[in-house]
Parts: sequence; structure tokens; C-alpha cells
Amino acid sequence: MYWIALKMLTGDRAKFFGIVMGLTFASLLIYQQGSIFWGLMLRTAGQVTDITGADLWVMDANVRYVDDVKPMLESNLNRVRGVEGVEWAVPLYKGNGRAKLNSTQLVDGDPRAKKGATLKVIEQVILLGLDDASMVGAPVPSKMLAGSLSALRKPDSVVVDFTRLSKLYPGEDWSLQATHKKPVNTLKPDQRRRFEETYGRIPVDGDGKVAFYDLFLGRDFEMNDTRAIIVGVCEATRTFQSNPVVYTTYSRAKNFVPRERKILSYILAKTEKGVAPERVATAIMNQTGLKARTSPEFKADTINYYLKYTGIPINFGITAMLGFLVGTAIAGQTFYNFTLENLKQFGALKAMGATNLRIVGMILLQAAVVGLLGYGLGCGLGALFGVLTDGGELAFHTHPITLPIVGVAIVAICILSSILCIRRVMVLEPAIVFRG
Amino acid sequence: MSSLEFNGNEIAPPPDGIQTAVRVRGVSKYFGKGEQRVAALQGVSWDVYVGQLTMIIGPSGCGKTTLLSVIAGILDADEGSVEIFGNDVTKMNDRTLTRFRAERIGFVFQQYNLLPALTSAENAAVPLVIAGWSKSRAIEKASHVLNSLGMGKKIKSMPNQLSGGQQQRVAIARALVHEPSLLVCDEPTAALDVESGRTVMNLMREAALRADRAVVVVTHDNRVFDFGDRITRMDDGHVAEVRDNVHAPAA
Ligand SMILES: Nc1ncnc2c1ncn2[C@@H]1O[C@H](COP(=O)(O)OP(=O)(O)OP(=O)(O)O)[C@@H](O)[C@H]1O
Ligand SMILES: [Mg+2]
Repeated sequence: MYWIALKMLTGDRAKFFGIVMGLTFASLLIYQQGSIFWGLMLRTAGQVTDITGADLWVMDANVRYVDDVKPMLESNLNRVRGVEGVEWAVPLYKGNGRAKLNSTQLVDGDPRAKKGATLKVIEQVILLGLDDASMVGAPVPSKMLAGSLSALRKPDSVVVDFTRLSKLYPGEDWSLQATHKKPVNTLKPDQRRRFEETYGRIPVDGDGKVAFYDLFLGRDFEMNDTRAIIVGVCEATRTFQSNPVVYTTYSRAKNFVPRERKILSYILAKTEKGVAPERVATAIMNQTGLKARTSPEFKADTINYYLKYTGIPINFGITAMLGFLVGTAIAGQTFYNFTLENLKQFGALKAMGATNLRIVGMILLQAAVVGLLGYGLGCGLGALFGVLTDGGELAFHTHPITLPIVGVAIVAICILSSILCIRRVMVLEPAIVFRG
Repeated sequence: MSSLEFNGNEIAPPPDGIQTAVRVRGVSKYFGKGEQRVAALQGVSWDVYVGQLTMIIGPSGCGKTTLLSVIAGILDADEGSVEIFGNDVTKMNDRTLTRFRAERIGFVFQQYNLLPALTSAENAAVPLVIAGWSKSRAIEKASHVLNSLGMGKKIKSMPNQLSGGQQQRVAIARALVHEPSLLVCDEPTAALDVESGRTVMNLMREAALRADRAVVVVTHDNRVFDFGDRITRMDDGHVAEVRDNVHAPAA
């Protein structure tokens, strides 16, 4: 009996694709909106995620999320170090700096400036000052794209994040960015020529691969009338505000911003082996009156803050809901129409002795097949979308709960539309088969 | 046997050696309520004999389709009883009746009602599949029946690749594949040309010639009246006349 249901379903290709497309669309929209939403939320806590060495964040008691910096007195550092269970504790500066520089327009075809023109750049940057000795909070070596962290010990040195480098240096040939880490011999002649003409050389690393970001090493800009020299380019998690991130040492960071009375933004601490970070956090809070959070807790605090105080979740919720409704409308409608058109056939089957139960089973099977296809295709396309946009501007991160949510939505759509169909078929008089 | 009297309808006993397949007694059927109420059947008593093709004729709206639906067990009568080979279908519950239809009754419709997504053989196999046969066995048997109806070359064709007459032959194969006791057909030739109509009616007659089967055909196609062994004429919800057809082709 069930093979008949499947043949009925797939017999009319156009209608079959219509139903599956409706469900695919609904799945895709919910998946995609959910993932972009979660991606954005993760970005809000990007700097918490990036700092891996420490497991506790200690801060002023009034801080609610990572960008809500409320500086503390430096004496707090030693108080935290004195708490039992703390292995070490180091300072972290986090603030906003203003980078000023002159960037030269190196390529033709930019509507803003002619080749050779000087572009005056003033950009707000996120400045991170890391403990001079331990460099806790620095990007891990695998995230260094050019230069090195140890070079931060040189005077005036900074490490910049590659994602927003184009904001600081708008005049560069950014189309060559894509050649980074490609073997030199795979460069197209045109790319070779552009490297030669614009930069006079092709930067190559020890493995014979293009090292595009090496072009920025040794360049300088100004922050708070102090010279900053780029000694490294790294990969940082994109932040919500999308400003470039500039790393330097804690002591140097003071010079890069206008004078402030207190500059200690956070204390990063490591708990001793075998001690639960949560316990130590409580101890720190009790003994110092400061707030102490584990990294996952602080990440959650930050995400929750954005969830609560920005309209972002509602906006995404509405879009996902629309996807659900449109999907229900398209798929439900086509599926219902499909059943209506087959009503006479179902009537004939009933006359010929097929029970209601059998026919309900057939409809449910048809709904399950289109639902599964729509779910699979929608989530597959969503995942493909994620892969294609990976590393780009778009925040896209699929939380594991997205899949069950999409699943529930699709099941709901299928159940809704099959209930309508089942009602029609249940009350159907087999005698209609003899009516014209 | 004595004749039974119901609402003025004379029920003659069957001729010697002939058995009754369907026994309809005092059946009434009403549609609608109040002003709109229509008496489609008014105390009909009527017999169908085994081994014969019984024809129901009469003007449009006289209740032919309603009577056929009642004896096929797809429409409940409001009054009276209907016995099919000794089983009173008016006393059956829904489940039993559905099963009874699946096992004992074959249907042929004016509009064929084939499933457009299935091949001829698959369509003809449907009653066997409903009865729980496996797909392959059902299709094998259905192909046999199609073959015997001269449709052997069209086993794998889809309904939209067949002419009306061919589609109706597939429908007849479907109606016969599970060897039903009663074959009911509503206007099977209405949509066909003369030649196809004759072919179809001949197949029906052949199907009727069995000691354990009866065939009932509703029609107002006067080109095919002569194929009936007995002709029942209805008028306004009554059986107006039942006569043997002397012109029926020899068995
Ligand atoms: N489902 C229904 N609802 C309301 N009235 C009905 C219904 N079915 C039949 N009738 C009415 O019952 C009467 C008999 O209908 P029936 O279909 O049995 O006639 P018929 O002899 O088959 O006519 P035709 O030759 O046009 O097919 C008609 O008056 C019809 O309008
Ligand atoms: Mg009729």
C-alpha cells in the first residue's frame, strides 16, 4: 500500500518539487537566520573566546559584559593573587584607541582617490594591553598570519588583527589578500604582475607560500601621538562592533590612550590544578568585593546582555517565524491541494475497501517523506551557505540546537497540513466515486 | 417459492436453477433535510441473479446510481435490507463492511478513476494490494488479468498513454483481479465510442458468466441495452419494470 502512496506523491513531478521546495525554503530560512543570530551572539563575546590561557575573569563588580569596561585600581591585582586557589593573575587592558595614519592609494580604479594619492585615515580600534611578562591573552601561534608575538617586546610594537586591516589601509591592493598562503607557483600572471608593480616584490614565507600580510610588517601609525609599529598580523574573532583589534603590552597600552586615572580593565587569573574555577571565583568575590567569572560564564553574561538589551533576538525571531509561516503556507497549501486533487482517488481506494487507517497512513507517509526531504535539503543548503561564507564578513555559526528546532518546525508544518488532508479524507464518503 | 410483496413491488421468484445474488428489500434512501429532502429510493425491492448481467436503466435522477451504491455497500440505506450472497450489508459495522467490499465487490467507474502515477498493471493490482498481497505477486496476477482482457501489450503503460477504452479495460481488470462476487459498474460506456463501448460490454458479459458472480451495470446508453440479461427500468425512486432481455447475445 505504501509504495502506492509514494508513487502518488512523486507521480506529478512539479507538485512534488513544489511541496519539497516549500519545506526546503522554510528549513533553510530558519536554519540560516538561527545561525546568523548565533554567529552574531558569539561575536559579542569574541574577546572572551579568544583569550584561552586564563580561566577566570576578575572585574569591577558593576561590569555586565565584556565591552562594559570599568577600570579598577592596580592594587587589586595583588589582592587577587592572594586568594587561595589562584595560581597566577595578570592584568589586561581593554579600551578604545584611535589610530591615525596616512595610507597611500596604491592601485587604480578606486573612486575615492587617484593612484598615488594620500588617504588620511583615522580609525577607532580596540586596544588590548597584555601582561608584559606572560603575554596572557595573546593570540595563539597558529593564529599568527605574519610576524611574531615575541616581537611585541620591541619598543612601540603592536600586533594587529587582519580582518579590519583594510580599514586602516584602504589604499592597498586588497584583491591580493586572497593569495595569502597559496603556493607562489600557483599565482596567476596577473597577480604576479600586480605584486611586482604595487609592492615591488612577492612576499614569500619559508614554505614557498605567499605571505601577503608580511607587507604590513614594519609599518607604523599613531595612537595618542605615540608611534605604533606593526610587528605582527593575527587572526582574532570578529567583534560585534567590527573595529580592528590592536594588541600591545599592558605597560605600553597606557601610552596609546589619553591619560586615565585607572587603567586596569580586567584581571585574568588561572586557578590551581584540581580546584574548581567556580569555587575560586566565589572566594575572589568574597575576599575582594570584585566580580569573578569563569570564561564560559563571562561569555554567557555577555551574550545574555545582548540578548536582553538589544532587539536582535526579536528581529531574528520574527524573520525565522516568517520563514516558518511562509513555509507552512507554501508547503501546506501545495500538500493540501495535492490531497484535494487526489480526493477522488482516495475515494476510489476507500470504495475498493481500503480502511481509513490505511489512507491516513498513506498521507502521513507522504508528509513524512516531503518533510524529511525538505529538512535535509534545507539544512544541507544552510550548512553549505555557512561553508561558503566562512571567514567572510557574515556572522554564521550553527548552534547544535538549530537542527532540532528546524526539525520541530518542519514536523509542525507537516502535521498541520496533513491534519487538514486527513480530516477531508476521513469524512469522505466512498459513494462520491459514482458522482461525476 | 411464493412471490414477496413490498410496497407494491412484485418480487417474482427466480426461474428454476437460477440463484439470487443480491436481495434488496424495502430500501429507501433520502438526501437532504426539510424542503430540500429528496427521496432517491422509495421502498425498493429487487433481486439480482447469479451468472447474469443485470442492467439498470431509467431517466436521469431516477435513483440508478443511488441503488448501485447501496448494493455495493458504499452508501447506507435509510430503510430496508440488502443481502449480498446471503450477507446483510445493512447490518454490518464499518470495519466489516469495508472488508466485505475489499473481498467481494469489484467497481468500474464512468471516469475510470485510475491512479495517474501507476502503470496499468499497478493500477489493476490495487485491490490485491489492499487485500495485503505483496507488490510483486499482485502485479503478476494483475498482468495475467490484463492479458486476458487483450491489454497484454499495455501492462507498463501509464493511464495518460491509453485511450478511453483501454483505460476502461484496465479498470475492468482492476475490478476483476480479486475475483469478486459482485461487479458494479456505473455508466461504464458513457465516455466511450460505440466500438470501445461494445468491447467493454462484451468483457462484462463474459465476467458475469460464472456460477458465483453477478454483474450490475447502470447505463443510459441505449446502444448497449441489449447486452443485459435482465433489464431493470427505474423511475422516480421506484423499480418500474424488470424484464428478461430476449435479444441478449447468446451465452
Ligand atoms: N449526495 C447527494 N446529495 C443530495 N442529493 C442526492 C445525492 N445523491 C443523489 N441525490 C439525488 O437523488 C436522486 C437520485 O440520484 P441518482 O444519482 O441516483 O440518479 P441517477 O439515476 O443515477 O441519475 P443520472 O442518470 O443522472 O446519473 C436525484 O434527485 C439526486 O439529485
Ligand atoms: Mg447516475
